Amino acid sequence: MLTLALPFRTWAHDVPAAPKLAALAAATAALFPIDDLAALSAAAAASAALHVSLGPDRRLGAAREALRMLRPFVWVLALVMGWHLATGQTAEGARVCLRLVTAVSLANLVTMTTRLDDLTSVAERLAAPLRPLGVQPRALALAAALAVRFTPVLTLRGAQLSEAWRARARRRPGWRLAAPLCLSALDDAERVAEALRARGGAAPPGRSSSPSPFPQEGGSATSPHRRP
Amino acid sequence: MERKIAMTALFAALTAALGLLPKLSLASGVPITAQTLGVMLAGAVLGARLGALSVLLFLALTALGLPLLAGGRGGLGVFMGPSVGFLLGWPLGAYVTGLVMERLRVGGVFVTATLAAVLGGIVAIYVPGIIGMAAMLDKPLPEAALLALPFIPGDLIKAICTGLVVNAIWRARPEAVASLR
Repeated sequence: MLTLALPFRTWAHDVPAAPKLAALAAATAALFPIDDLAALSAAAAASAALHVSLGPDRRLGAAREALRMLRPFVWVLALVMGWHLATGQTAEGARVCLRLVTAVSLANLVTMTTRLDDLTSVAERLAAPLRPLGVQPRALALAAALAVRFTPVLTLRGAQLSEAWRARARRRPGWRLAAPLCLSALDDAERVAEALRARGGAAPPGRSSSPSPFPQEGGSATSPHRRP
Repeated sequence: MERKIAMTALFAALTAALGLLPKLSLASGVPITAQTLGVMLAGAVLGARLGALSVLLFLALTALGLPLLAGGRGGLGVFMGPSVGFLLGWPLGAYVTGLVMERLRVGGVFVTATLAAVLGGIVAIYVPGIIGMAAMLDKPLPEAALLALPFIPGDLIKAICTGLVVNAIWRARPEAVASLR
């Protein structure tokens, strides 16, 4: 599935999304001014303890999943630590790395234990004050849903183009796939736009410029589709 | 309106799909991914406003926890790491790329798009990126700039790719390159 959420429930899932995000923001803000190596180690240990406390489900599955999420981050840490070792600032390097690991793992913890819909509803509430700036929450939600839907479609098409290339040539495809992939995305966008217009468009109900064949919320009570 | 929404969404999806393409390694061993190619293309094809919006959408979905970044990364954690400045620079990069495409007329489409991608996709992204890295790693700016240096050759290759791709699109679907209308 296209998500980083844990496949099982833990106590952290029961904490609502908004307080969890606020706690994360507070923890991260508190973390950065700390310079004491012992205090930073304690913070990293606390983050690890939080992960372990997610429960013994499937043999510490949560903690292991968290480590898997941190794996791509390891080479960043190696680069940072290597730089500090080379410039002779070992203690400073340890401080920077501990701070980063703690902040990133806490953020991952929130991501792992919060459902996508809950995060989207917080994001919608946060985006609401932008409405006077011309941001339409409805258009935003539609665009987000389309992007999520089309990511696997375009990924699959990229893989197909790459296979087709390999069937014909010995060399690696490289950038040559970007042009057809981009063109196919443009064509898809045209078709999606047509389909959206055919279904009443993206304008909010009541302000649609084209007459919609579908009964709208709060529409005519005599509509045959409306329940008595 | 529907067309704008669809274009914005599909380019966010394209940026995600490009991140999943297998990555190449330069001779120096620095891995390069095609993800910022998506950022440059969004600006160069959709223009400044929609390009930046589509990159913002991509970042918002990443922050919400979808593993859309190269290597299957995602979630709030990536915005706590040292590369946060580069990520936040992406929408700016797409905007500048689009702006240069819309305003500048030199040579053919390839030259304009490559130049736009260098100014938007490299200059406009590295400035906030290096500042962010200096802040997160507690380093002076020149030292942070030195750490970012190995990635420049890869991004130059991507800028040239952007020029080639936009030129190909311009020849196949001239009406689709909104930034040149």
